[in-house]
This record gives sequence, structure tokens and C-alpha cells, in this order.
Amino acid sequence: MTENAEHAESVEHTEPAELAEGAERTELAESVERTEPAELAASSERTEAAEPAEPAASAERPGVGRRRFLALLVAAPTLTVAVQLDPQAAPAAPLPELPDLGDVLNLAALPTSHLLTLKVAEDGTVDFWLPREEVGQGLTTAVAMLVAEELDTPLEKVRVHLDKARPELVFNQLTGSSNSIRSLYDPVRTAAAAARQRLAWAAALQWGTDPERVTTRDGRAHLADGRSASYGELARAASSDRAAEQPVALKPRAAHRLIGRPTSRIDARALVTGKQQYTLDLDIPGAKPAMVRRPPTLRGTVRRVRNAAAVEALPGVLAVATIPTGVAVVAETFGQALAGKEALDVEWGPGPVDELDDETLRAKLRGAVAHGFPPLLGRHLDAEFDFAPVSHAPLETNCAVADVRDARATVWAPAQSPIAARKAVADAIGLPDALVELHVVQAGGSFGRRLFHDAAIEAAQVSKAVRRPVRLMWSRIDDMRHGRMRPPTHHKLRATYAAGAPLSFRHRMASVAMDVRHGFGDALTAGLTGLPLLGEATAQVMFALSLRSPYDLGATRQTLTELPVALPTGSWRSVYSGTGRAAEEMFVDELAERLGQDPVAFRRARLKTAAQRAVLDKAAGGWGRELPEGWAQGVGFHEEYKSRTACVVDLDATDPKAPRVMRAVIAVDAGRAVNPRGIEAQMLGGLTDAIATTLRAGLHLDKGLPLEGSYSQFHYARQRNSPYEVQVHVLDGGPEAEPGGIGELGVPAPVAAIANAYARATGRRPRSFPIDARIDFEPFPR
Amino acid sequence: MPDQTFTVNGETVTVDAPDDLPLLWVLRDLLGIRGPKYGCGIDVCKACTSHLDGEAFNPCATPVAAVAGRSVTTIEGLADGDRLHPVQEAWLEQDVAQCGFCQPGQIMAAVALLKRTSEPTDAEIDEIANVCRCGTYVRIREAIKAAAARM
Repeated sequence: MTENAEHAESVEHTEPAELAEGAERTELAESVERTEPAELAASSERTEAAEPAEPAASAERPGVGRRRFLALLVAAPTLTVAVQLDPQAAPAAPLPELPDLGDVLNLAALPTSHLLTLKVAEDGTVDFWLPREEVGQGLTTAVAMLVAEELDTPLEKVRVHLDKARPELVFNQLTGSSNSIRSLYDPVRTAAAAARQRLAWAAALQWGTDPERVTTRDGRAHLADGRSASYGELARAASSDRAAEQPVALKPRAAHRLIGRPTSRIDARALVTGKQQYTLDLDIPGAKPAMVRRPPTLRGTVRRVRNAAAVEALPGVLAVATIPTGVAVVAETFGQALAGKEALDVEWGPGPVDELDDETLRAKLRGAVAHGFPPLLGRHLDAEFDFAPVSHAPLETNCAVADVRDARATVWAPAQSPIAARKAVADAIGLPDALVELHVVQAGGSFGRRLFHDAAIEAAQVSKAVRRPVRLMWSRIDDMRHGRMRPPTHHKLRATYAAGAPLSFRHRMASVAMDVRHGFGDALTAGLTGLPLLGEATAQVMFALSLRSPYDLGATRQTLTELPVALPTGSWRSVYSGTGRAAEEMFVDELAERLGQDPVAFRRARLKTAAQRAVLDKAAGGWGRELPEGWAQGVGFHEEYKSRTACVVDLDATDPKAPRVMRAVIAVDAGRAVNPRGIEAQMLGGLTDAIATTLRAGLHLDKGLPLEGSYSQFHYARQRNSPYEVQVHVLDGGPEAEPGGIGELGVPAPVAAIANAYARATGRRPRSFPIDARIDFEPFPR
Repeated sequence: MPDQTFTVNGETVTVDAPDDLPLLWVLRDLLGIRGPKYGCGIDVCKACTSHLDGEAFNPCATPVAAVAGRSVTTIEGLADGDRLHPVQEAWLEQDVAQCGFCQPGQIMAAVALLKRTSEPTDAEIDEIANVCRCGTYVRIREAIKAAAARM
């Protein structure tokens, strides 16, 4: 122990400079909330004049040092601005030296970044069309903040619309990889800044003065003599009758009054009053409820419906139609469609995995990496981990509305990849793409599920078959059993060490192949090579771009082996990292123990940057505090999407069969934090996902179908599993920081923290997740 | 089909529906009241939580005939015009909602809890079994406590 203590001590003393730097980081969530609104409003005032306090030179040029965006005035009755990539200013280095998934996706999206549009109406309302999906991650709020910031207008004036599928955007309409704010930060601000400058110009023209004398504040243009005009009054005068470039200077960071300020969701009131419209809340005239009876095994087929006429005669039932994935019942109400589907007598054909069960699958995964590591005589540590498949289980089940009549199709769906969805719908019903319109509707959760558009395809097929518009909904049982799942994985890890220090680290991950055929692979390969890659190659590229160790553990190598098993898989929040990085964080604890070192001190010594250490230090502020008997602390760290986070949990494992996270401290550095309140929400969500998937939630496969069919069986966490106390510290990434990704960042660290706490509390290292995988229910009939 | 008469959000309604049709579909598909959400249909996710004569219940597992002559309140009937219920106000203050799909049910469950007890303990809040797949439980707990203090 003496040796170890010395080691830990020496670590503490090696980096005083970096420690100081870490200590300087301010905590946005706290400091900003204390700021008086009046002060913020005052600081928001800007003038075009080159005042000493804020010389024009200090204004940020859009994309300087990165890439440049140009703003264009669009010919329209009121001020309308579009943004495009400056063709004269190709980025010097297309990709950073060590690119991640988001860098590559950004590169793919670059050529079409010009198609963002912003409009100022005559009532001062600002409309912005967002080519992304809102799934609950708070993106529309963050984007509205960017617009309001650069326009100097109140947040309430900004309306963000989810753009319908626009094929001309090619790779720039994909919501995923925690990449939306990373890709939109510059172009959205550029559009809004251009609009503001044009409004100031229009006011100056009206007042016969120089635009430099016009200031903007709270949705109005002002002159020092007291004259002022609202943006609404100026919107027509500021419009253009031809396309023209509008010069732009973005606000310097010091002038931000909204970016960085904890802000509540712009749709919060609609969400708490029941007024928010999800797909099946839309009033599409004549659209009737439809549900699909599905086969008893995954991807089974329909051979014959034995009692279609009898089901069509049931009360409220309007039609029965066979589609490739099952048999649909259309009715006056969903209750009657459900009763009709249950009354169907169908002869089913087999599916591709009818005999598959957990044991076989586990053996296959282990077999895939069985010969991973050669026998070794030197000092080493080996460990293996297994993760069960996990349902996305968004609360809004898979759904879409479709109207396919007169050789045209209109579809409404929660879609993260609407261009691919539109094409898939067109192919499925035999229409040219151009005759399909696909509207994107705000989703009731996703976690990766809305990258797939199976419900949109089915709705279109059913609508075409019954020749009327339909509202198609999956039952919860089908959503869980026939829906997508995070692929089950097996992990083999090995570290070698000598003299108390690691020499090498290897991680071999085996996974059932993840389905990436949703537009993602196309974007990735376009960003990298411009050439199409096959499915497996796409997965390898995604893995290589996402799974990275933040530690110096000597020669490090991580590899993925994919098994081609025909399960309906899909990326699940944090993709490879939710299992892979979590396993590594558990292994790091084990390695620290083997080397006789404290888990936090060991991490601290092995992390590579001061920013990483600052996050760990903040989260571990209460590390080692006294806890009741049977409790323990655990720690985890994760860095991805240009963001980093650490988590420390206090776990009550007094009853090892019913452990509960009682307290969690999370620190996060997401670069330039656009909305600290939204970042906190995402970290809380990641924590809850971690509690669920580490302790109790997983799917069991039996004879080609998951056993779990509802939340009474797939044990996603509830209030009684949630901690009483959580602190989320949002650190500032520093003056030069750009926004990092946040939606998926928050899962891996707490998964590991909980598992590590469980090991410390019980003395038993969990190897298989969820830790408690009991089947405590009678499965629903197939 | 029989006529079903009951009160919803203060208004008496009569619909033509079979006795055993779950109330959720009468509300959503026949009356166009779409605040209560479908999440499971078997009373385990609680997304449709509404009030029957002032107490929490789940329309997805309640046949319409069972509410004949009784008073149903959905999320749409909770606010007093533009004036939100204190629980909704607390939800705004804590910025609880993420995807929001479960939140009408969460709010109705919280209102019912606060009717039973004005100062709910952590253990009583734990008993709210409504699933929030976005994992907003920490803010829900804070919002319930804030609403309790306000009421």
C-alpha cells in the first residue's frame, strides 16, 4: 500500500499548472443562473459602430479557421435569408488529424449546407426550417437560441419548423451521432446574423442614416435619437427582389446573452398541456386507425389469412390487408383494430432466426473472439463482459400516417433520416420518389429507433391496399418484440503491465451485426471516400471513428467482429460506446485494483488532457466520502463527440438483489455549452438509461423472438429506481471551444460507475448485463 | 351499438361505442381528445393517466361502459383556461419534459398524489409507476416537491 500511496501522491504533484487551469473553469449552470436578466439584456445591445468596447474586428467571422458560410438574400416579399458554404473558401484541412464520426458526417453534409432558410414575417415572427428531427433532445430549443442570439430578438419570436424530406439536402438531413448542434452552430448563426444586419440596413435607409449608427435589441432597430422600428415593420423593406450576398459578422462570444444561458424548452408549455401533436395526434382528414398482426417469430412471413371475412365483419373493422410484414386491420378506432388483429387466424411462414435463443447467441459471440488473445506468461489482466440486447422502447410506439391515393403519397412520421425514408416508401409502393412527400413530425422519444422507417413503409403499403388514408400504430408488445434492438455484445479485454504501470491494452468486441442501412452509411462513406461501402465495412468505419480510449494504457488496440445474424438491430443511444466503452471503464477499475491503485487516481494519471482531468476532478469531488454499510461509490469516464463527462454514483447494495443508485454527481464539458439546461437534461437521461440497462433491463431471446413484450417485463427504470440526489456540473470548455455533441454522451460513464460501485459494495465484479436478468413474468402469447 | 354518456373535462358527451371499447380509444379516436397517450394498453406504462371522479385511473384498461355517468378529466381539462395548474407550472419551472410523450400522464399522476397528500414523501413519490423513457425522474421529483410547496 505504501508504494501505491506514493504513486498516487506523485500523480497529484506532477501537474500543478493543469490543475490550476482546471480550477479556472467556470460552472455555467450555476454562474449563469445567478446573472440578473437585466444585465443580460443590457449586454445584448449591440451597435454597428466600431466602438472601442467592441471593435468590429473582434466580431467572429463565420467559420474562420474552420469553414466559411455565406449568407444570401432570397427574393421574397419579406426578409428571407439562406446560407451556403463559401465555394471560395474550401476548408484547408478537410478532416482533423483524428476525426470522429461527427467530423466525417459534417464533411458529407458540407456541400448542401446552403439550404438553410430563415424568414422574418411582418409581425416580427422569425421562422426557421430545421432539416433535423426533434426527438426530445431539445434541439429545436437550442437552434431557436442560436437564431435569437444572432438576431437580437426575443426567443419567443422564433419558430422552428421540422423540415419535410428534402432530397436536395443529400447528406444534410440526418439526425444522429449527437451531431446536430455541431453541424448547425455556424450556418444557423450565419443566417440569423445576416438577417439582423439586413434589418439594420433597412432601418438606416428609412431614417436616412448610416447603418453603423443603428443598434438592435429585443427584436427592434434603434437610433440614438430615440427612433426605433420593430423587425416586423422592417421585414418588407429589408426583403430583396433578387438573390444577393449579405455580408455577415457573427457576435463575439463575449457578447452572447442567450448562448450559454440555461434556457427552458420552447415547446414546454405545449408538452405540459397535452397540446403537443405527435404523429398520431395529427388530424389528417379521413385517416383511419390501422394495426398489424405480426408473425410468431422475427421476420416470419404471411402464408395465408384464414378468416379475413370474419374479421372484416367485426364491429368497427373497415378492411383487412396483407402486407409483407404481416396482416393489417383498419378500423374506426385503434381499440377495434387491435381486437380485429387479435382475432385474425393466420398461417405463418418461418423467419430467418426461428431457432435462435440467448444461449446459442452468446456462444456464437464468444466463439467469434475465442482465439483473440494468445496465452501469455508475463503479467496481465484478462476480463470478459456480456451485454444483453436492449429495446429502444420509446414511449411513442412505432407509427406513421399515410395517404396513398391517385398515384401520389403523403406520409407523416417521426423520422431521423427522412430522405432515406421517402425513398424507401417510394420503392415499397412502386412510385417515383418525386411523387412521395414525407413530413417529419416531432417524436415521442427515439434513442436511435427513428433512424428506421418501417412504420412509414407499412402505413404506405396499407393505405395503398385499402385506398384510404391510415394512421398506423404498432402495439407495445410488437414494438418490443418485433422492433429494433441494441445488438447483444461480448467483450474480451486484456492489459499487460510491469512495475505498476500498464504496457498494452486490447479490446476485442464481438457484436451481432448492427443494421446501418438508414442513410447513415451513405453519409459516412460519402464523407470519407465518396464511394459506397458495404454494410459491414460501414460498421467497421463507425466503430473506428467512435470507440476511443481516453487513457494512456500503452499500446492500445480495439477491434470489432460482427456476426451476421438476421436480428432487427439498430444503433441505440451511444452506439458502440454504451457497451464497449462501459466495459473498458469497468476493466480500468479492475486494472487499478490489480495495480493496487485507487480508481480515480489511476484514471487521473492515465487521462491524456487537462480538460479530461478537470471533468474527472469535478465529478470526484466527494470521492471517498463515508457511506453506510453495504453502500459503495463507483466512477466512470467517457469522451466522445468532442465532449467529455465523468460520473460518480453512490450505490446502496445493502440487498445485492435490489441495488439502487442513491446519488450521482456528473460533470460534463461539452465545449461551448449552448444550453446548459438542455445538457443537464441529456445527462439525466443518460444516467437513467445506465441505471436501467446496467441493473435490470434487457431482452431475452427464445425461439426467434424476444420474451419481453411490455414495460412490466422489460424493466426500464421507474421513479423508484431513480436517485434522490443528482448534481450535474456543466463546465465551460474554454474561450475557443466549439459545441460538442451531447445526446449520447451521458450513457457509458454511469453504466461503468454503477457496475464499479456494485463490485466495490458486494465484492463481486459483474460480468453480464443487466446484472439482474431474471425472467419474472409469463410471456405474452406469440 | 349502445350510447355511452359521461362527462369529460366538464362537458357531457354521448358516443356510440361498444361497452367494452377501452375509454382511451373513445377519447382519442371518437372524441379527438388526444392528450392521453397510448403506451402499452395494459395499464403498466401509465402514459394515459387521467382522473375519474378526481382519482388517477388509466383509460387504456377501462371499458367505456365503466365510466357511464361519471366525470373524466384529461390533461386538457387540468388548466383553468390559460391559467395552468400549479403542477404544470412546476413542470415548466423544472423544465421536466424531454420528448414529453409520458408527461400528460406524469402530471395527472402527480396531481392525484398531491390530492391524497399535500406533502408527499420520497417513498410516496417512488410509488408513481409511470414510465418516462427519457429518464426525467429526477426533475419530476423536484417538480412534485416544488408544486407541493406552492400549493
